[in-house]
Amino acid sequence: MKARIKFQKYGAMKFIGHLDIMRYFQKLFRRANIDNEYTKGFSPHQIMSFAAPLGVGLTSDAEYLDVQLLSCDAPDVMVERINAILTEGFRIVDFHPLLEAELNTKVVTAMSLVALADYLVSLKDGYTINDTIITQSDFAEAFRKFMKNPEIVIGKKTKTSEKEVNIKPMISLAAFDQDEYEMKLQECLRYPYVKNKPESKADVYENGIQLYLQIDTGSSANLKPELVMEAFYEELGLAFEKSAWQVHRLEVYTKDPVTGKLAALNQVDR
Amino acid sequence: MRKLALSDEILLTVEKPARYIGGEVNMQVKNPAEVDIRFCMCFPDVYEIGMSHLGIQILYDILNRREDTYCERVYSPWTDMDKLMREKNIPLFALESQDPIKAFDFLGITLQYEMCYTNILQILELSQIPIYAKDRTEEDPIVIGGGPCSYNPEPIADFFDFFYIGEGETVYDEILDAYKEWRKQGKTRREYLEMVARIEGMYVPAFYDVIYKEDQTIESFTKNNTAAPDKVRKQVEMNLSEAYYPTKPVVPFIKATQDRVVLEIQRGCIRGCRFCQAGMIYRPTRERSLEYLKKCAYEMLQSTGHEEISLSSLSSSDYSKLQELVYFLIDEFGSKGVNISLPSLRIDAFSLDVMSKVQDIRKSSLTFAPEAGTQRLRDVINKGLTEEAILGGSMKAFQSGWNQVKLYFMLGLPTETDEDIEGIAILSDRIAREYYTIPKEQRNGKVSITSSTSFFVPKPFTPFQWCRMDTGEEFIRKARFLKDKVREQLNQKSIKYRWHEAKLTELEGVFARGDRRISKVIYDAYKAGCIYDSWSEYFDYDKWMKAFEDNGIDIAFYNCREREEDEIFPWDFIDVGVTKEFLLREYKRAKGEKVTPNCKQACFHCGAKVFGGGVCQEHCPADAKEVSTDEGKN
Repeated sequence: MKARIKFQKYGAMKFIGHLDIMRYFQKLFRRANIDNEYTKGFSPHQIMSFAAPLGVGLTSDAEYLDVQLLSCDAPDVMVERINAILTEGFRIVDFHPLLEAELNTKVVTAMSLVALADYLVSLKDGYTINDTIITQSDFAEAFRKFMKNPEIVIGKKTKTSEKEVNIKPMISLAAFDQDEYEMKLQECLRYPYVKNKPESKADVYENGIQLYLQIDTGSSANLKPELVMEAFYEELGLAFEKSAWQVHRLEVYTKDPVTGKLAALNQVDR
Repeated sequence: MRKLALSDEILLTVEKPARYIGGEVNMQVKNPAEVDIRFCMCFPDVYEIGMSHLGIQILYDILNRREDTYCERVYSPWTDMDKLMREKNIPLFALESQDPIKAFDFLGITLQYEMCYTNILQILELSQIPIYAKDRTEEDPIVIGGGPCSYNPEPIADFFDFFYIGEGETVYDEILDAYKEWRKQGKTRREYLEMVARIEGMYVPAFYDVIYKEDQTIESFTKNNTAAPDKVRKQVEMNLSEAYYPTKPVVPFIKATQDRVVLEIQRGCIRGCRFCQAGMIYRPTRERSLEYLKKCAYEMLQSTGHEEISLSSLSSSDYSKLQELVYFLIDEFGSKGVNISLPSLRIDAFSLDVMSKVQDIRKSSLTFAPEAGTQRLRDVINKGLTEEAILGGSMKAFQSGWNQVKLYFMLGLPTETDEDIEGIAILSDRIAREYYTIPKEQRNGKVSITSSTSFFVPKPFTPFQWCRMDTGEEFIRKARFLKDKVREQLNQKSIKYRWHEAKLTELEGVFARGDRRISKVIYDAYKAGCIYDSWSEYFDYDKWMKAFEDNGIDIAFYNCREREEDEIFPWDFIDVGVTKEFLLREYKRAKGEKVTPNCKQACFHCGAKVFGGGVCQEHCPADAKEVSTDEGKN
């Protein structure tokens, strides 16, 4: 059977890279005596796949991991069993059983479902943007102006060349406080928005400068929040300071091809 | 939430930030305010290497069992972090609490190999602890050294307050209890060291004076403090089955060199190879009971979630219950996706059966360590492995489908001739020839033989401690000579030859048998920028040579000199049980090309019997006649 696990990653764990997270979960399942399915052969490994690898330095409320199990308990029991042995910086928030793939249909991977993701981008304390953007309203004003550009063009490096890309169509939402974010979010969701469940693990900073973003994520189109910020800095004529901003992933969505509505990855059954 | 010692900015600029954040599975969490003693255990190499070390895990576990003590860990910051910490004046901190080490009561440093010595100075300096022990005050942590290199601690004696000689399981409680007592009394640092010196196995360098002769050898080594013993007796844990074992080892986030459960099945070795220090200093051989190991395997796999378990010992084939243990592990855990990683075993029906069960034959190779190329030289070093056994074992394995063989040798062994060196090429070729006697249709493609040589370094407390060591030039000539000889063989295309760095070996030689005068060379080399010397990309031979030169120290005095039988060695003050008289007897037998039987065959009265246990008890009862002594005296 297949199940999709949703977990939070926060605190010092933001320094642990994706491959090490995979190793961590493999060992975690063994410690929790979870009945994972293994590949055959001399070096068997657990069958698992992550939806959208998170970069080093980022925190998240919504990491998704699909696992293949031979047996399991009720979802809430599974969440409890795994949480009981998790170390600080991780928390399981959902264990969502998936339907078995029907015969002769293509196996759906979590990664292939991903279409968009929400992020909260916050200025860390001890950093400033420039002399004129001091408060959250200064920042909101500057960013709104930035978003009014007909095009936001960035240079995107590939292995062989550097090409110019307009990233504006890839940004589907920008908001500056929780209420605005939720209001805008309601319009694009397939299911009603669930407020504060679970409690977000995003770091909170005193300066209050923050930005909610919804951007294309996944294999067909992928935009990193850092690139949006970099383009914004460029507009201001400033050099982008990556370590000044904390990026926190809020949710990862799949998009209904017909209605265009979004559902979180644990709201679908495949 | 735990607060980190380093800012996001720093952690996101360095390679592998996980080296510095702690928070791993099974990390001990205590409130520093609620303990009496704060102890920081250090492995002076990079995190991934240090985290793979079993000894630290054992001590971490032992010390943290005390409610009054919080033992934390620290490893050498990598060079990128080193640079940042110096620039920003950030004191080195422990992984658990992220607190600066300078505020701790103890800093314990494990000495696993000589080439980590400059890293020790880095740890001290970044911790903002005076590098020289004599410059430390009551405010500084007590710096302890331990581990294999403490069997000759003299080259680094000036940097340590005291050394714990021997196995860590025995007297840490006494050391810590004495510390609490001392602090209550508010006495001086020196007075604490006097209390320590009275505990068996502890060596306080400041309490001894060395006088040198005109020829630079030692005239006398005497204590200057009545608290200190004349001889320091190494510590041995005699009851390994009841001894502490870390059933909850810390599991790193990033892949450590040993990313697996390590089960120490026995300590010591019965073989008595004459070049091997571990084979002498860990005597007597002591086994852990099968039941105890089964229990440990269960608990450790459960607590870590590791997908691999490996057995650790100097010679696993000599463990009396090996078959039972290995089959138990395969039956019990094999089906649960746990890999069983086998140490190099003697090739026989049992090991071939086991290997075919746990390894992919196409990908795995056979490993032999003949150490020398001819039977004559193998007799000199007392390596029991015969050519017949190697060829026979290889053949059995070839018939079962293996086609890769790895061979390990040493160059520069005592009495070695060019013929012995050529023997390495010939033996490698013979194994290939053996393979090609199998009919073509039954063969599994081509055979691949990899022969590697390291350069021999004479070590303290071995029969070869008197020996002259080759110079770097001699080593290189020998390696080139062997390379040519390999190319002359019939199956030369099937043989790969690899050799180690010779320059590093020279330094290892000096540190292995050096005296207190080497401290200054290490200090100067470190100050000139030497660090991570065991990493070839950082090893700077020229800086080292300059440090030797500046201090007027001649490498040849330490390496290229046959020592007199009655010379006082810098390490003679340590009593390892095995006597100098036995080692000399063995050295003479080596020169006479005489093999000495292993501990289970006959007792040759090495001296380890004084510890009253292990293989001595089983194979040499107290009233046994000294059957072998007469024969041994030649």
